[in-house]
Amino acid sequence: MSDSVSQAARPRPYRLAELGLIILAIVASTSAYALVGLGVDDAMPTDIYGYMAWLTALALLIHIVVWWKAKYADPVLVPIAVLLNGLGLAMIHRVDLGRVEFLDSATQQLIWMTLGVGLAITVLIVLRDHRWLRRYTYVSGFLALFFLLLPLIPGLGRTINGARIWIGIGPLSFQPGEIAKILLAIFFAGYLVAYRDQLVLAGPKILGIRFPRLRDFGPIVIAWIASVGVLVFERDLGTSLLFFGLFVAMLYVATSKVSWIIIGMSFFAAGAVLATLLFSHVQQRIDGWLNALTAEEYNKTPGGSYQLVQGLFGMANGGLVGTGLGEGRPNMVPYAESDFIYASFGEELGMAGLFVILLCYLLIFERGIRTAQKLRDGFGTLLAAGLSFTIALQVFVVVGGVTRLIPLTGLTTPFLAQGGSSLVANWVIIALLLRMSDNARRPVDEFHTGVLKITEDPDSTTASARRRKKSADDSDRTDAEHRNSPSDRTSSDESPTTVHATTPADEAVTTNLSTRRPSGPDQRPTDEPTQGGDR
Amino acid sequence: MKKSLTHIGVVGFVMFALLFGSTSWVQFVTADSLNANPLNNRQILDQLSRDRGPILVDGTPIAYSEPVDDRYRFQRQYGSDGLDPRAYASMTGYYSIVSGASGMERAAGDYLSGDSDALFYDKVGSFFTGEQPRGAAVELTVDPDVQQAAWDGLGNQTGAAVALDPKTGKILAMASTPGWDPNPIASHNPDEARAAFEQLNNDPENPAYNRAIGGNLYPPGSTFKVLVAAAALESGDYTPDSRLNGPATLDLPQTTATISNSHAGACRSGGRPTLAESLAESCNTSFASLGMDLGEDAIAEQAAKFGFGQDLSIPLTVTPSTFPSDLNPPQLAQSSLGQFEVRSTPMQMAMMTAGIANDGKMMKPELVNRVLNANTLEPITETRPTELSRPVSGQTAEELNTMMQGVVTDGTASVAQIPGVQVAAKTGTAQHAQGAAPHAWFISFAPADDPQIAVAVVVENGGNAGNEAYGATVAGPIAKDMMEAVVDK
Repeated sequence: MSDSVSQAARPRPYRLAELGLIILAIVASTSAYALVGLGVDDAMPTDIYGYMAWLTALALLIHIVVWWKAKYADPVLVPIAVLLNGLGLAMIHRVDLGRVEFLDSATQQLIWMTLGVGLAITVLIVLRDHRWLRRYTYVSGFLALFFLLLPLIPGLGRTINGARIWIGIGPLSFQPGEIAKILLAIFFAGYLVAYRDQLVLAGPKILGIRFPRLRDFGPIVIAWIASVGVLVFERDLGTSLLFFGLFVAMLYVATSKVSWIIIGMSFFAAGAVLATLLFSHVQQRIDGWLNALTAEEYNKTPGGSYQLVQGLFGMANGGLVGTGLGEGRPNMVPYAESDFIYASFGEELGMAGLFVILLCYLLIFERGIRTAQKLRDGFGTLLAAGLSFTIALQVFVVVGGVTRLIPLTGLTTPFLAQGGSSLVANWVIIALLLRMSDNARRPVDEFHTGVLKITEDPDSTTASARRRKKSADDSDRTDAEHRNSPSDRTSSDESPTTVHATTPADEAVTTNLSTRRPSGPDQRPTDEPTQGGDR
Repeated sequence: MKKSLTHIGVVGFVMFALLFGSTSWVQFVTADSLNANPLNNRQILDQLSRDRGPILVDGTPIAYSEPVDDRYRFQRQYGSDGLDPRAYASMTGYYSIVSGASGMERAAGDYLSGDSDALFYDKVGSFFTGEQPRGAAVELTVDPDVQQAAWDGLGNQTGAAVALDPKTGKILAMASTPGWDPNPIASHNPDEARAAFEQLNNDPENPAYNRAIGGNLYPPGSTFKVLVAAAALESGDYTPDSRLNGPATLDLPQTTATISNSHAGACRSGGRPTLAESLAESCNTSFASLGMDLGEDAIAEQAAKFGFGQDLSIPLTVTPSTFPSDLNPPQLAQSSLGQFEVRSTPMQMAMMTAGIANDGKMMKPELVNRVLNANTLEPITETRPTELSRPVSGQTAEELNTMMQGVVTDGTASVAQIPGVQVAAKTGTAQHAQGAAPHAWFISFAPADDPQIAVAVVVENGGNAGNEAYGATVAGPIAKDMMEAVVDK
C-alpha cells in the first residue's frame, strides 16, 4: 500500500466540529438552566455564571483530552453527552425549585458529573487500546458478579424503594449494578470472541436450526442465571431486563444465530411468567400498566399506577411544545428528577423537546453501531455493539415504561436522570466508545509511528503477528462494506494482542499528533474511504 | 458479524421508532383525553393556580388574587378596606382548593379564570402585546353604600335584604345574614380549608344559605297583599276606591276557623274600607274576602306574571317562589294574606316592588355590570337592561304606586318616611310556625315619582324584637336606610 493512497484516504479528525458542537451543547444547557430560573422565580439563577463556567470547564477538558489521546474519535459523542447531562442538570434544578423544601440536588449531580468526566478522561488516558481490556475478560466477569452481589451484603447494602441495588458508605449511596453493566459487557465480549466458533458450528440441529451444545453455553447460562438471579433477589426488574437484553444481543452479534434469539426469548418468557407468579410486586406493576387509568389502580397504595398516570398527565399537559421550562408542574410526579425525568421534560419542553432527546440517544446508538462495524477486531466490535445496545435498551425500558409502552421498571434515563452511579457509568461508556471509535477511524500509519508499537504476547506465534500486521495494513479501508469477512480476523484462535506505549513520555504523543495532523489541499473532505481502494 | 450487527442496529432503530410513537401517542394523539380524564388533578390545579380576575364593587376589589410562592401561585382574598368580606360573601362565594367554588366565583368562573369564549379577542390582544394573560375582572352592579346599609341594618339578626334599580334591574344590594368569611375556606392549607368549609356548612344558623335568593324561602305575609291588590285592579272589577268587606273577624267557609285583624278590630270606614285603605292599614279580613272573591286562578296568574314559579339566573340561581294550587276557600283566604303555603324569596318581592315602581315593566335583575380586562380595565362586555315581563298595566302600576305611598303617609309603613322624598312601601309580619316569632317584612321604593331604588327586607323570627316584632318596626328601618343611601346622594 503506497503512502499517497493512505494519505488520500486519511480520515479527518473532526476535532473542530466537536468543539463547535460542544459550544452549542453548553449554550443550550446554560440557556435551559437560565430559563428554569426565569420560569420559576422570574429571575436569573444567581449561580448561572458559576454553573456555566463549571460545565464549560468539564466539556473543554474532555474535549482536549480527546484531541490529545483519541484524535480520530467520533466527534458527536462528547457534545451529545454534554448536552444530555446539561439538560438533565437544568431539569433537576427545576424539580429542586419546585419542591416545598429546597434541596440542592443539581449541585450534587454536577459533582457526580465532574467525577464521571474525570473517570472518562482517566479511561481515555490510561486505556490506549480497548483490546487491552480483553486480557481482563474473566476478571471483569468476576468483578461484575462481585459488584452485583455487593448490595446483598448485610450492613453494606441498602434497600431503596423496594430494590436492594444500592450500597451505602456513610452518606453516599451507589448502585454497583451500573458498573457491573460495563464489566459484564467486557466479559461477554471477551468470552464470545474466544468461543464463538464452538457456539456457531457445533451442536444438534432441531427443525433446521442449529442449537448449541450444552457445554458450550454452560458458562454463559451460569453467568446469566447468576446475574438475573441476583437481580431477582435484589428485586430490580429493570436492570435484570437490561442485562438479559444485553446478553442476547451480544450472543446474536457474535454468532449470527437465530437460535439464540429463540432461546433467549423463551428464557425471557419463562422468567417473566415465573416472576409474575412468584413476586407480587411484578404482578402489581403489570396490573398498574394494563389498567393504569382506572381509579382503582390509580388510588392503590402501595403499587398502583399513580406515578405512571401522573407522568402521563404531565406529558399530556405539555402537548406538542410544552409549557416552557419552569412553567409546568413536574413535581406532581413522584421521582420527577430521576425515574420520571422523561415525563418532566415532556411536560415542560413538549413532544418537540422529547424528540430531540430521543434523537440524541439514537445518535449515540447509531455512532456506537457504526463504530462496531468499522472496528477491525471482534472483541471491539462486540464491546461497541454491546455498550451502545445497553444505552438503547436502557432508554427503551425507561421511556417505554414512562410512556406506557411496556410495564414500568426502575431504570435511570442515561445522562438525564439524577443519580451518581448511572451518570459515572455512562460517562465511562462514552469514554470506551470514544476510544473504540478512535481506533476504528485512526489511519494505519499512526498505529506504528514510534509512539505505539505492536508487540506480541510471549506465547503467540509469528503467524498471528503477521495476521496482526495485515489487519493493521487494511485499517484505512474503514468502510465496513469493503472489509473482508471480519469474522476471519477475529476468530477464536486469534491470540490476545496488546498494544503498549513504548515511550513513557506523553509529550511524545502530543508532538506526534501535532506534527502528523493531516493537512493540505489534497485532503479529502470526509472520512469516506476511496471506493475500491487497493483491491 | 456484519449481518448480525446490522440486525441489532435495526432492532435498535425499531425500539426508538416505538418510543417516538409512544411519545406522540401520549402527547399528541391521546393528550386531550388525558387532559380531560377525571383523575387528572393537574387540570384542577391549573385552574386553581390561574391569575384569576378580581370581582369589583364600584371599582374596589372584593375578591382578588395575590401572588404567593406555593404550588397554587395565587392566593384568593376577599374583602378590602371598608368592604367587609362577610357582607359580600353571599355574592362572591368562595374559591377553594378542596371545595371548589360557589357564588359568583362559580357563576362567573369562566370570566374570572379567563376561559370564557367572550374573552377570545382580548386574549389574542394580550398575546401580541406581551401582557401576562389574566382572567377578566367582573364588576358587580352593587352600590357599596346600599350594601353597607343593608349589612349594618340586619346586624346580628338573621335575614336578607335586596335592593334593585327598578329602571334597569341592577342589583344594588343583596345581603344575607349571618354573614361568613370566605378567606379561611380559600386557604392553601387543605386541612384549614376543609375545616373552615365544614364549619360553615355545619353551623346551625346556616350562614351558607343565601337567604336573599334561596336557601330559606319565607311566607311573604302582608307584603303579598300588594300582589292581591294588583290582581284586583287588573281584573277591571276594582279600583283603589272600591269598598271591601273588612270586619273585625271574618268567618271562613267550610270551617270553624276565622281570620281577624292584627289590631283586633274592624277595618277603617266602619269595616267597609276601600282597597287603598285596606292596603294602608294592612287589613286582613278585607284582603281575605277579596282574595276569595278574585279566586285562586286570578291570584296565581298574577303571581306568575310577577315571576313566581319561574327560574331565574342573576347569574346566581334564584330559587323560584311558589304560590300553592288546588286551594279550598279558607286556604285561598290565608294565601291572600301571604300565609299558608305561599313562599317567596326577598329577591322575588323586590322584583315585584321594582315592577310596580317602573310603571309595570319588570326588569331582569342582574348582578354583573360589566366584564373588564383586568389589566387595562377596558370593558369587554356590558350587561344591557332587559325587560323580563309586564306583570301589570301602566295604570295599575300607577294606582298601586299611589296606594303604597298611602301606606307610608297614612298607614303601617310610616317608619319609612324620608323628609322631602315620597316613599312607597308595604309591611309584612308573617306567621310561619306555632309559637314562633313572626318574620318581619318590608318592601318599598323611592322616590315614588321617579323610582331609583326598590327594596325588600326580611328579618327572620322578628329579629331582636322577637314576638313584639312587626314588619314596620324591625324591617322598616333597614329598608329606609337602604333607600336613603341612594336618594340622599
